[in-house]
Amino acid sequence: MPSYKQLYKLAFILLMVISVSASAAGGAKLMHMEVDLSNQESLQRGAKTFVNYCLSCHAAAYMRYNRMGKDLGISEDVLKANFMFGTDKVGETMTVAMTNPDSLRFFGVSPPDLSVIARARGADWLYSYFKTFYVDKSRPFGVNNLTFKDVGMPHVLWELQGAQRLAHVVSEDGAHHSPTYADLEIITPGTQSEEEYDQTVQDLVNFMVYLGEPIKLKRGKIGVWVLMYLFVFMIVAYMLKKEYWRDIH
Amino acid sequence: MANIEKNIIDGLTGLRDWVDDRFPLMQNWNEHLAKYYAPKNFNFWYYFGGFALLIFAIQILTGIWLTMNYKPSAAEAFASVEYIMRDVSWGWLIRYMHSTGASAFFIVIYLHMFRALLYGSYKKPRELLWLSGMGLYLVLMGEAFFGYLLPWGQMSYWGAQVIISLFGALPIIGDELSLWIRGDFVVSDVTLNRFFSLHVIAFPLLIFGLIGAHILALHEVGSNNPDGVEIKKNKNAEGIPVDGIPFHPYYTVKDIFGATVFLIFFFGVVFFMPEMNGYFLEHANFIPANPLKTPEHIAPVWYFTPFYAILRAVPDQLGGVIAMGLATNIFLLLPWLDRSPVKSTRYRGWNFRCALTLFIISFLVLGWLGMQPVTPLFTWMARFFSLVYFAFFLLMPFYTAIDNDKSVPDRVKD
Repeated sequence: MPSYKQLYKLAFILLMVISVSASAAGGAKLMHMEVDLSNQESLQRGAKTFVNYCLSCHAAAYMRYNRMGKDLGISEDVLKANFMFGTDKVGETMTVAMTNPDSLRFFGVSPPDLSVIARARGADWLYSYFKTFYVDKSRPFGVNNLTFKDVGMPHVLWELQGAQRLAHVVSEDGAHHSPTYADLEIITPGTQSEEEYDQTVQDLVNFMVYLGEPIKLKRGKIGVWVLMYLFVFMIVAYMLKKEYWRDIH
Repeated sequence: MANIEKNIIDGLTGLRDWVDDRFPLMQNWNEHLAKYYAPKNFNFWYYFGGFALLIFAIQILTGIWLTMNYKPSAAEAFASVEYIMRDVSWGWLIRYMHSTGASAFFIVIYLHMFRALLYGSYKKPRELLWLSGMGLYLVLMGEAFFGYLLPWGQMSYWGAQVIISLFGALPIIGDELSLWIRGDFVVSDVTLNRFFSLHVIAFPLLIFGLIGAHILALHEVGSNNPDGVEIKKNKNAEGIPVDGIPFHPYYTVKDIFGATVFLIFFFGVVFFMPEMNGYFLEHANFIPANPLKTPEHIAPVWYFTPFYAILRAVPDQLGGVIAMGLATNIFLLLPWLDRSPVKSTRYRGWNFRCALTLFIISFLVLGWLGMQPVTPLFTWMARFFSLVYFAFFLLMPFYTAIDNDKSVPDRVKD
């Protein structure tokens, strides 16, 4: 019985499925960053930026503070002192005090819950989004975004990044081209250098990817054990099969 | 020691005989396993029926545990799924097994159906086996469609909205029918509730019953094999097919090995890429359903995309719905469309071989097109491949009747 051949065929078909799906994805020209969930310090810094800048308007209503603390190695005391500003208890989820009617009045839209936003948008989109706010006087908050056109959100990280403007939309030969990320330039520096701000955003996005799926920190590690068990079992099952089929061939 | 062993065996034998006097235990065991004679030359393609059964078991078990924590209400559904993902012990694993199981089910069923096309397993005397299998496939599509609404994300919502509104294209009864399915003028809490009911009770029961019928039909006529030879034509003095071997233990041990290989791939996805780049869990479905905001690009999950492409290929909406309905149901006619006396592609002529190859190519291309945004080029491609798709079936009576089939051997080859 040519079982190697069969195994090979099964592997081939499944790999085809995987590679076809992989190659079909993507298309948009976003800036790219490497997500690294193994970098706990980056996740902690990202969490800090998140609770300081995002959590005043956006909720992450499916995420519990103490789960975050446990996963990111933050003790409950530190959690209470540095990551929680309301009257929440550590076992509660990350909700905000701002009500829906209020936010509608302030921003024209309700800020979406951010629990799973990284799974909806993707890390590259978030990374690009945080880096492409630019000054636009026609917008209510004076800023627009190249990744999310006419977004209702102000540039809450402007203090850190400074202000950017969109330049060079008219090329040197006089022809207009649609704005690209390369057309953005800092006009007023912020408290962080470009490299520092890039790191801040990467940390934040890293954290938001974790926030979207907390178990992501562990599931791969559990998966390795499951697959190792199945591999051993496969060998035993194959030997058993071979033993029985001896009388057929 | 030997005494204890003997006592245990005697006790168990006694228990078996006690049951056997009151229930046909050994009779069924023999009929369906120990004395069910399957051809000895099953190859790779014969694993998928067993895999489908395994996935059904996985879906039922994970489904039971998901139902313990899921809330079928428009206000709570999305949050309850995230609750399962975060707060329920091992909830994420149960959920990923279920979502991966849905896609795996279709991969396995499509390969199982391809096997039937490859070796003519739908041909006489297996027409009812084929029909029950097709019934299973259609019910499975319904099951998947209902289940996909439950996470209550944007794709759940708008996918359901689009598919249900297709019924509105039917003349006279259309609007009433889609209203009756939704139970409301738009997809709403009412729709979610009934889809939940259909997904967890009605359709699983149907699938369970149809699997039973499918296996009974199979064991009545016996399994086909890669040579398409009827092994029942060659029996020995005891009436046992010469080329047959008892399903148990030979195919049970073989399927245990096969199932383990399958599980390696299955859990590879579950643990390492449960979203499968947005093909098993679509990105847009991580945004809660919003009836006021239509997503730019609504695409069904991958297993429906060949039929979605056919739907969009037809310029007229009613025509598209009819074409899509035909495309899914036309498989039912296969046993009567195929005029060749030969079952297996191994002994068929080039007409059928080419036709099958073209059909598989069009099915895959249509599947890809169904995920793409509409462009003039893609629409024309979809039209071309839809024609090839239907030609495979509609021209079958002609090209199989005049095919230069080879002669089929009397016995299966090893």
